[in-house]
Amino acid sequence: MATATRYIGKPLKRKEDPRLIQGLGHYVDDLRLPEMHYAAFVRSPYAHAKVRSVDVSKARTAPGVVLALTGADVKGAIGFVPCAAQIPDMKSAPRPVLAVDRVRFVGEAVAVIVATDRYAARDAVDLVEVDYEPLTPVVDPERAMAKGAPVLHEPYKDNVAYRWELEGGDLKKAFKQADKVIRQRIINQRLIPMAMEPRGVMADYKPGEKQLTVWSSTQIPHLLKTQISVMLRVPEHSVRVITPEVGGAFGSKLNVYPEEALCGYLAMQLGKPVKWIESRRENFQTTIHGRDQIDDLEIAVKRDGTVLGLRCKVIADLGAYYQLLTPLIPTLTGLMMCGCYKIPAARMEITGVLTNKMATDAYRGAGRPEATYFVERAMDLVAAELKMDPVEVRRKNFPQPEEFPYATPTGLIYDSANYQRSLDLVLKNSGYTKLRKEQAQLRKKGKLMGIGLSTYVEICAMGPSSAMPAGGWESATVRVEPTGNVTVLTGSSPHGQGQETTFAQIAADMLGLEPDEVQVVHGDTAAVSYGIGTFGSRATAVGGTAVYKCLEKLRSKLGQIAGHILGEDPGKLVFRDKKILSKSSKKSLNFVEAVGAAYVAKTLPPGMEPGLEAVTFFEPTNFTFPFGAHVCVVEVDSETGDVKVVKYVAVDDCGNVINPMLVDGQIHGGIVQALGQALLEEAVYDENGQLITGELMDYAIPRAADIPWMELSRTVTPSPVNPMGVKGVGEAGTIGATPALINAVVDALSPLGVRHVDMPVKRERIWQLLHKPSGRAPAKAAPKKRRAR
Amino acid sequence: MAVDIQVRINGKPHDSKVEPRLLLVHYLRDTLGLTGTHVGCETTLCGACTVLVDSKAVKSCTMLAVQADGAEVTTIEGLAGAPEAGGKLHPVQEGFWEKHGLQCGYCTPGMILASVELLRGNAEPSEAEIRRALAGNLCRCTGYQNIIEAVRYAGKKMKGRKR
Repeated sequence: MATATRYIGKPLKRKEDPRLIQGLGHYVDDLRLPEMHYAAFVRSPYAHAKVRSVDVSKARTAPGVVLALTGADVKGAIGFVPCAAQIPDMKSAPRPVLAVDRVRFVGEAVAVIVATDRYAARDAVDLVEVDYEPLTPVVDPERAMAKGAPVLHEPYKDNVAYRWELEGGDLKKAFKQADKVIRQRIINQRLIPMAMEPRGVMADYKPGEKQLTVWSSTQIPHLLKTQISVMLRVPEHSVRVITPEVGGAFGSKLNVYPEEALCGYLAMQLGKPVKWIESRRENFQTTIHGRDQIDDLEIAVKRDGTVLGLRCKVIADLGAYYQLLTPLIPTLTGLMMCGCYKIPAARMEITGVLTNKMATDAYRGAGRPEATYFVERAMDLVAAELKMDPVEVRRKNFPQPEEFPYATPTGLIYDSANYQRSLDLVLKNSGYTKLRKEQAQLRKKGKLMGIGLSTYVEICAMGPSSAMPAGGWESATVRVEPTGNVTVLTGSSPHGQGQETTFAQIAADMLGLEPDEVQVVHGDTAAVSYGIGTFGSRATAVGGTAVYKCLEKLRSKLGQIAGHILGEDPGKLVFRDKKILSKSSKKSLNFVEAVGAAYVAKTLPPGMEPGLEAVTFFEPTNFTFPFGAHVCVVEVDSETGDVKVVKYVAVDDCGNVINPMLVDGQIHGGIVQALGQALLEEAVYDENGQLITGELMDYAIPRAADIPWMELSRTVTPSPVNPMGVKGVGEAGTIGATPALINAVVDALSPLGVRHVDMPVKRERIWQLLHKPSGRAPAKAAPKKRRAR
Repeated sequence: MAVDIQVRINGKPHDSKVEPRLLLVHYLRDTLGLTGTHVGCETTLCGACTVLVDSKAVKSCTMLAVQADGAEVTTIEGLAGAPEAGGKLHPVQEGFWEKHGLQCGYCTPGMILASVELLRGNAEPSEAEIRRALAGNLCRCTGYQNIIEAVRYAGKKMKGRKR
C-alpha cells in the first residue's frame, strides 16, 4: 500500500510548543503533591578522604526536619549505582548511594536530610558534622596510572580500570609501507553537559497498593524502573516511573543516579512524597561529565596523501566510579576511529583510568566526537606535512559511493553514503576557492584568517541489541481509539527532540489523517510498553521505525476490514483524507467507519480479532551512519589571541527527513555545543581535585553573542537499514563541528609554524602560541605582547 | 518574621505574608503555583527565571519576594494579557512556535520575556542587537539561531499591530 506524504518531510510546527511557550508544561519541579517533603544532600568537599564519622544528630532536631540518614543507615537497604557496561577484566568500582567510609570525588553525597520545606532541608545540611581524613587525591590520569599512585578502589593495586584493544587490517605492513609517519597528541577535554533543567526526582509511595511512583528527569524511564526495583529490592511491577517534561539532557540523563533510588527509599520510609531538585552546583559536581581523553595518534601515510594506517593510544579518564555506560564510551571512539576514510589498517588501545573526579559518560556524541576530532585533525596534519590542500587529502581517502555498504577495519558496516557529494556542496556553498584567495591576500597583510574543514561520519540509531549493553531495540504501541483518534505510545521518551510531532507526522500520513488526530504518549512506564529511551540519535530511526511497523500492521487490518465491507481487494486500498478507498472502483469507507467496525465487531472478516492496537518491538539490523561536511572560517586577533568565528557552513546528510525544521534545529544546537567545546568549555579540577569550574560563573557555555550565523543545507542518502530510510541527526552537529573550528584555527596560525592546538582555544592559549619564543610571532603583534591580558 | 507584601502579578493583586529570605522565583512558583518560571542556576547566570518586574526583565532567582513589594510582575502565564497580545498568544510566543525557537522548552519562558523587553524598546533589532540583548539567557538546545528568527518575526508582527 502506498503512503501519501502530506506531512512527512514537511516543516510542521511542533505539537509540544503551545504548552511550553505558555508556561503550561510540567517539569519535575513543577509537580507537587499534598504533604510534599524535600530532600537535600550533604556532600563531600574533599576529592579523596576517609569518612571517620557522620553526625546528623543536630540536623535531626532542626526545625522542619523529619529524617536525616547517613551512608551507614542505608547501606544494607539500597544497592549500588548500576553500570550496564562490561569490559573483560574490568575492575569493579562500586558506588554506594551514600558514601559509607570513603569519598572519592568532590560532591559525593554522605548524608541526606528530609524536611517539610526546601529551605529547612538546605539549612539542616549545614548542621551535619562530618569528620574526614583527607587522602592524597589522584587527579591527573597519567599520574594515576603510575606506580605508587594512591589507589582509589582497594584491594586493587592500581587505578587502571581496564585495557581494551581493537585492531583490523595489516597494521605492520601499513607502517612499513608508509613514506611518512605523523605523530600527534590530541587532548579532548572534560566537559559539563549542562542541560538547562538540572536533574530532579519526586517519589511517592502508596503502602496500601504497594505502589512506588518515581518522577524523574531522565532519558530512560523504563531502564530506571528496572534499576530502582533492583536497587530497592521492590518487585518491578510495584514501581512506576514517570518522566514529565525534560529540560534537556544531552546524555547526562541517560543514567541512573543515587538520588533517584534514594528518593524512592525515603518516600517508602516516610509514607510521604519526597522531592529533590538538583542545584546547579550539584549538577556540575555530580551529574556525569563528558569526553576527557588523551589520544596519542600515529598516522602512516604515503607521499601522495593516501593514509595507510592509523594507530591510537587512548587514555580515558573515567572518574571515580562507573555510571551507567562510563567504561563503554571510549570504545565507541575505537569503532569510529577511521572516520569517513578508507584506511585499510587501524589499531586502538584504550586504557581506562580511575581518578578522583565525577564519572565521565555519554555526552552528546559519546565517543564519536573524540574519533571524528582526531581523525579530522589527522587529515589536516597529513595535508600540512605533505603541503597538500586538506580537500585533496580527504578526496584521496574517501571510499567511493559504489563501495557501500562499506566495511571498516574496526568491524562496522557503513550503510550508505556519498562523501564526495557533501564535500562538493559545502565547498560550493562556502565559496571555498574564493576563501582561499582572500586568505592569501590577508596573509600578505599579516592577518590571521583560517579556513577549517571537517568531513565526518557518525554512528547512529543505536543500535542492534547484539552491539549494545542492554538492548538496542525500541517499542511502540499504536492504538486507534473507537472514535478514530490515534494514540501512539513510544519507548523513546524525548527531552526536546519533538517526537510528539514527528511521530504524529508519520502516523498521519500512514493512516490518511491529520497530525492533530494523533497523540503521542511517552515517559510513563505504567502506560507505555517497556522501551529503551532516547539517546544515540535513535529516536526516529529505531523508535520511529517501531511506530511505522505498528502502523503497517494497523493498515493491514483496517484494509482487510474495509475490503471485507466494500467487497474490494484489501491490497488495492489506499488511506487518504480520512477515508479508505479503492483507486480502481472509487468505492470508499470513512476511516472512522472501519475503526468502528473493528470495535463493534459485527462486520469483521471471519476469524479476525476485534480491536485496533498494534505493538512492535523493533530490532534494527545495523546502525546507521549519517555524514556531512562542514566549513568554518575564523579570524584570530594577533594581539589578543581572540578567535572569532566569521562563517560557518554545514552540509549534513541524515538520510530521509521527517521534519526539516526539527532537523535543522538539531544541527544548529549540535554545532553550537561543539563550538562551545572548541572555543570555551573546559571542566577543570585543580591538583586537590576541586572542581574549580563549578558554576556557570566559571564554566562558559556559548551565549547568543559568542557564535556566528550558521548556513545549513543537506544531501539525502537514504539508509537501507530501516523502511523510512532515516538515519538520525541529534549528535551530527556536535560530532562534525569541533574539528572544523580547530582546523580553522590551526590553519590561521599555520604561517607561524603551528600544527596543532588543543581545545578550548581560549585567548590565553592562543596568545601563548603567538608569543612563545620559538614561534614566529607576527611582526605587528610581537612588540605589544606585554600589553595583552 | 514574615513580612507583608502587595504585588500585582499578571494583572491580579496579591497580598502575601512571606519570609524575608524567600526568593521571588520561589514565591511565584511555590506560593502562587506559577511554575512557568523556571530555576536554572540560582545565580543570575542562565536567565531561565526571567520575569518582567515593572516592565524590566529581571532574574527572579536573585531577587527577594520582599523586593517586589508594590511592583507589577509579568510571568509567562500572564503574557497573553500583555497589551501586544490582546488575550491571545503574544507575538513573541507566536514567533517561538512559528520559527522553532525552542526544543526542550526550559529556557523558553525566560527567553520570551527577555525578548519582549527588547522588542518593546526596539521593534526592529539587528541580529547583533538580538544576540547582545539575549546574552544573559542561556539556551543549550537551539544554538540560538531560531530564537533570533523568532524575535525578528515577533518584532515585525508587533510593529504591524501598532499601526
